[in-house]
Amino acid sequence: MHELGVVFRVIRQVEEIAAENDVTRVESVTLSLGEVSSVIPEYLIDCWKWAVKRTEVMREAELKIEPIPAITHCDACGTDYPTIPHGKICPRCGSGETWLKQGNEFIIKQIEAE
Amino acid sequence: MGDLRVIEVKRSIFEDNNRDADRLRDQLRRENTLLINLMSSPGAGKTTLLRRTIALIRDEMKLGVMEADIDGEVDARAIEAAGAKAVQIHTGGMCHLDADMTRQGLAALGSEAFDLVVLENVGNLVCPAEFDTGAMRNVMLLSVPEGDDKPLKYPLMFKNCQVALINKCDTLAVFDDFDCERVKARILDRNPTCRVFFISAKTGEGFEAWTDWLREALSQFRGGKLDAPVHFDA
Repeated sequence: MHELGVVFRVIRQVEEIAAENDVTRVESVTLSLGEVSSVIPEYLIDCWKWAVKRTEVMREAELKIEPIPAITHCDACGTDYPTIPHGKICPRCGSGETWLKQGNEFIIKQIEAE
Repeated sequence: MGDLRVIEVKRSIFEDNNRDADRLRDQLRRENTLLINLMSSPGAGKTTLLRRTIALIRDEMKLGVMEADIDGEVDARAIEAAGAKAVQIHTGGMCHLDADMTRQGLAALGSEAFDLVVLENVGNLVCPAEFDTGAMRNVMLLSVPEGDDKPLKYPLMFKNCQVALINKCDTLAVFDDFDCERVKARILDRNPTCRVFFISAKTGEGFEAWTDWLREALSQFRGGKLDAPVHFDA
């Protein structure tokens, strides 16, 4: 729902990193994006295409997205299970004593630049 | 064209906001200004809540309000009329405020001149619950007509607040399927230490407990005894 906001944030960070590294042109930015990070990759790319045109060093930069699967851990029986189909309730033992092990990440992984 | 090189970054977007939020909390501690982030759906009664709250406590403390909306300045005028200083922050289409936008709003307001500043976040139960604004306390406002199932549908919002205010309790006779005990249990299930108050911003019901909580929070803050809340993604 807040794709445009996070795109602005990513752009600001990439511009900082570009300045620190004497970058003249950013070719691509790779994000590691958790499956349940509440950001929809397609919307993110649409916002990206619009927003980078307003910048200097990253006007043509491509946004690459690497998904991270969401996994929940059950404290009651020790199982790790995929979050998307099962949610908060453990499919093995039915317990609700579970927590998200991974899948809400939103990380700038790397930048290709010259 | 030069050679392409790969720069490893591995920086979390949320960590960056969390750092901004922590810096803002440090600044506000130095200014001795308590910042409270108020979140709810559109129409839950944030502005009405603030107007009545201001009327009750304006003689005890200097109050400022930041109204964050996508557009318009209706809310800021209503708050000024109630007797607090207000600034309107236009988010320009954004669905939430982050710590950096909050810092800019505080600068526009002149936060050092106030004892208590309330940030009225964008009306939305989803996105504001994901971004730490730098506030010392997060208050969520749920109104009776919205239904007692909201803690089930928007768990993050109810997890990341320290106070839940249940507003429009004067309409319980009409919305008679809203169960106060059930909503409280659903909130505490996600957030066992959350304080839950039942109020009506229209009639003033429950405002003694709510304003007492505010006074206590301000007193703890001034005594250096109010701990920072955990980061929203923690």
